[in-house]
Amino acid sequence: MSTIGYDSWAVDLAEVGPVYPFQGYEVLMVILGVAFWIAWHRIQFARESKHLEKARHMGDQEKIHALLEKY
Amino acid sequence: MDGNLNALTTVFTEFYYWVTVVFMFLIHVGFCMYEVGASRHRNHMHTLMKNIMIIPLVTVTFFFFGWWIYWSFPNFPFFGGLNHDAGSANLPWSQNMATNLSDRITGVFWAAFLLFSWTAASIVSGAVIERIRSSALWVHAVMIGSVFWIIDAAWGWHAEGWMVKYLGYHDAYASGVIHAVAGGYALGVIMVLGPRIGKFAADGTPRDIPPHNPWMLTIGIFLIYTGFWGFYAACNIPAISPDGIGGLLTGETWTATNIYLAPTSLSAITFNFLMSMSGGLMAAYLVSKGDAFWTFSGGLAGIITASAGNDLYHPIQAMLVGAVGVVIVYKLHYWVERTFKLDDAVGAVAVHGYSGIVGLILAGFLLWGAPSSPYDGYATVNPVGQTIGAVIMFGVLGWLPGFLISKIQAAAGVLRIPVEVELQGLDYAEHHAYEDAKAAIIEADKAALTGSSRVPAE
Repeated sequence: MSTIGYDSWAVDLAEVGPVYPFQGYEVLMVILGVAFWIAWHRIQFARESKHLEKARHMGDQEKIHALLEKY
Repeated sequence: MDGNLNALTTVFTEFYYWVTVVFMFLIHVGFCMYEVGASRHRNHMHTLMKNIMIIPLVTVTFFFFGWWIYWSFPNFPFFGGLNHDAGSANLPWSQNMATNLSDRITGVFWAAFLLFSWTAASIVSGAVIERIRSSALWVHAVMIGSVFWIIDAAWGWHAEGWMVKYLGYHDAYASGVIHAVAGGYALGVIMVLGPRIGKFAADGTPRDIPPHNPWMLTIGIFLIYTGFWGFYAACNIPAISPDGIGGLLTGETWTATNIYLAPTSLSAITFNFLMSMSGGLMAAYLVSKGDAFWTFSGGLAGIITASAGNDLYHPIQAMLVGAVGVVIVYKLHYWVERTFKLDDAVGAVAVHGYSGIVGLILAGFLLWGAPSSPYDGYATVNPVGQTIGAVIMFGVLGWLPGFLISKIQAAAGVLRIPVEVELQGLDYAEHHAYEDAKAAIIEADKAALTGSSRVPAE
């Protein structure tokens, strides 16, 4: 038994096509891939918002406000 | 593969695209160096991370849907609908989109287009440095890299694209298809994003914010040139028989072709790449009165201006087109900055967008009547088709979505970083954390040493 459909490479290469594991489950793999991509954006977005809110209150606030007045 | 000649051609084509892709990676290295060179110290890590994460995000989305768009959209939605047959062979669950010994080309051809996608996203990235949220930029990167540029590639950079068929649109090395669309998109974003704090004085006078590291910036732009040369090769199909073009090229002679399957050669485009770069550098030096950064960028703008017709121009024509384009682009950049108070931090809208528009229109006049394709019944190259093409590339598929998506992000309050963070720099929090960690280690070391025999007694 082989996950890629071949147990031996003693074959006619003209007959060989896909050689990746779990052929037939491509749609499921795409669903998992898209879920990973969307989840990444969601997690990154939430973390960045928290980070920027924290960063807003760092540093010398008086100096920052003085600079903002200048511009 | 049927027969060893076909096998050899296939393996050569596979290797050819693989080499071009590796060269094109240098464009992204160049963009990273250029952007870090142009940004201020307090934003370096953010600038780098912003540009580097474009790579995986555009790659996965180009796998999921970008590549399918290219094959399905050449005549969608105006002239015949989606091409389901070509599209389905390039869906992410197709067996062509995987390790498959009966298809050795899809992966490397996909990658050549993907590298263009990274470039489109990186062009936008340069214009918005030091003030955009990473999360907002990365959504834009996906939209320009895996949706809008690839729609315009399907329409205007595909042998069956409707713009090629009906407008006679000719853009062999992507003045419009990559550069005008990305420049237009960047303009849409910066119109909503606003300038960096301090870019304009209270009376509206623009201030120069010079690059902090001239060396990094210079090496960056030369890496972009190098990758761009690889990009030119990637825009060709290296070896094809007349049979492979439906027999419309007569005779038996095999040839390299451009993306429209019209004959060209690497020799021709090498002449024209280098001559247009030289024309751009020389004109930029003159018009900017020797400003180093505009001179370097002018070489790039020269190539971009001549790219639409660089498969057919004479080298001297390529040089002059590059030179004329740069003068227009330089003047236009400062006029837009002064008039509309727009801050394009690295001149991306000008170097890529305005150059692309100028290049398309000039090609319409210079190549008037030339066949855009080897296929029968296609319109020939003409100024009206090229001008409409420029409007579609820069305005419809570039500026409009960039502006609308930015408006949505701005309304949701997720486009721009807080002013306090912008003033301190986006790296301040990381530096602060680093200094805290360093101080903690020093304290721990001191405490450990105090308890050891190596510390002399008071």
